[in-house]
Amino acid sequence: MTSRDLDAPLLTTSRRFSPRLPRLGLVPAWLVLIVVLAWAVGPTLFTGQSATTGLPGAQLQAPGLDHPLGTDELGRDLLARIIHGARHTLAGATVAVGVGLLAGSLIGLVAGAVGGRTDAIVMRAVDVLLAIPALLLSLSLIIILGFGPIQVALAVGVTSVATFARLIRSEVLTVRQADYVEAAFGSGGTFARVLWRHVLPNSVTSVLAFAAIQSGWAILQISTLGFLGYGAPPPTPEWGLMIAEGRNYMTTSWWLTLFPGLAVIAVVLAVNAVGRSMLRADA
Amino acid sequence: MTTIVLHRLGQAVLVLWAAFTLSFLLVQMMPGDAVLIRFLDPNMGMTPEDIARIRAFYGSDQPVVQQYVFTAWSFLRGDFGYSVQSGVPVWDEIALNLPPTLTLAGLAVLVAGALAVVLAWAATLSPFGWLRHALGALPAVMISLPVFWIGIMLVQVVSFRLGWVSVIAPGPWERLVLPVLTLALPIAAPLARVLLSSIERIERQAFVTVARAKGLSRQATLWRHVLGNAALPVLAVGGLLLGELVAGAVVTETVFGMNGLGRLAERSVRTQDIAVLQAIVVISALGFVLVNLAVDLVSIVLDPRIRRTREALA
Repeated sequence: MTSRDLDAPLLTTSRRFSPRLPRLGLVPAWLVLIVVLAWAVGPTLFTGQSATTGLPGAQLQAPGLDHPLGTDELGRDLLARIIHGARHTLAGATVAVGVGLLAGSLIGLVAGAVGGRTDAIVMRAVDVLLAIPALLLSLSLIIILGFGPIQVALAVGVTSVATFARLIRSEVLTVRQADYVEAAFGSGGTFARVLWRHVLPNSVTSVLAFAAIQSGWAILQISTLGFLGYGAPPPTPEWGLMIAEGRNYMTTSWWLTLFPGLAVIAVVLAVNAVGRSMLRADA
Repeated sequence: MTTIVLHRLGQAVLVLWAAFTLSFLLVQMMPGDAVLIRFLDPNMGMTPEDIARIRAFYGSDQPVVQQYVFTAWSFLRGDFGYSVQSGVPVWDEIALNLPPTLTLAGLAVLVAGALAVVLAWAATLSPFGWLRHALGALPAVMISLPVFWIGIMLVQVVSFRLGWVSVIAPGPWERLVLPVLTLALPIAAPLARVLLSSIERIERQAFVTVARAKGLSRQATLWRHVLGNAALPVLAVGGLLLGELVAGAVVTETVFGMNGLGRLAERSVRTQDIAVLQAIVVISALGFVLVNLAVDLVSIVLDPRIRRTREALA
């Protein structure tokens, strides 16, 4: 991350607010992301308690001094589980967006760069992918790949390939018509070289911004599939799975479903805010 | 006019055929096939001959191309094969589970539309800047909430805390209140967002200024001149939101333990009943294509501008 990337969004939002963003500014968003990233890298630095084995006699305690967010039915500290779960959420989102970005870029680049009939056929196929509800597409893939955290991340990634392909293609088409690209071709640049030196650097900001927004979506999808029970098996502290488990104690222990959900929402909102500000800075 | 309709119909058929092909390919990618997964369990005591006979019955011992043509023909006649898990025809399962989902989804769309209009209206007419900002920001927050979590929170607050909706033995309509809300909220958000920006854009146009200059109040111009024009983009987005609706149905029906197509999809994944899931995917794609076709045709009828540009292109 260069200093420009960090500074530009901050400057833009301090000047004028977009009516469509929560009036948070970007500081809380970055704070949330930094904290969650730190949780993912070194969870033991933030909590001394185990995420998988509980304390006997400390079952279903309401939030209090010993356990800030309460404990679950096995006496496990909820905050510790949320902290340890950050890793699963971020890893899943990274894999999903990575798959979507890689495959989508490849398809979009080829379609946009070659054009003609290839472009028409590829984009029709992309339209078809978009006509199938994303969740059903991931379910179809999960039925084939089996259950598990990696399978879920892959399935979510594949459903975003079509969206990425569309974006990259439109980026390529816009940049391709720019004068400096024609000039690069005119001065004897090969296709691959012009793509690498001129087209790619000019598309990268908006693609990255879009990837950030898309990763918010991926986190929601992964938590949904985790909630349905297709992701990591218990006792993994995955946020969606934690909500599913807490559902059994809904009448008595509200904290078990509330806090993991708030964790998901905080990360998604933060990622979206950062992504949108990047888009605005780019425009 | 007929050329446009025919063109759109052709596109719809093409998308549908491609969706079917895709789901067929997915089924082919399964390790082994549905029959093997179900019956290869050594505990069932099946001999290889038995399995071969069952495979011949389901047609899964044929070459891929033959299976493809056969499956396509069966799907066209509304025959989706048999559920490997329960043994009943897939169509029977679908017919049983489609009506409750259609009721749920239909009510959710109505509620979502009403919510979107109310939200956009309040945000446009609110006299306070901060309230306008807050209301305008609400859709972005709403689409960042996991649907299943919305459902759980609604149950906790509305049923457990406030006691407004009974959990134990609710009436047939009372039972639907929270699921419909759960499904409607994430759909209302993008609708409200589009409606809001659409109203903002159209209010700046010259004909609205003329109407105001002639002495109409802001309310009256909004109702008579702006809303109709602002509704078209909302209609288009509404068509695209059908996917959200299907995904929402899977989650909502699971959270509330209701029967329906979404729950059936969730169960078919759990039991690896791929025939059922394939049918649901194809039917959803059909729904998507039909709804968007209808949206396109309705906007052609409503908006003469589209008609003229399309005719010029065709």
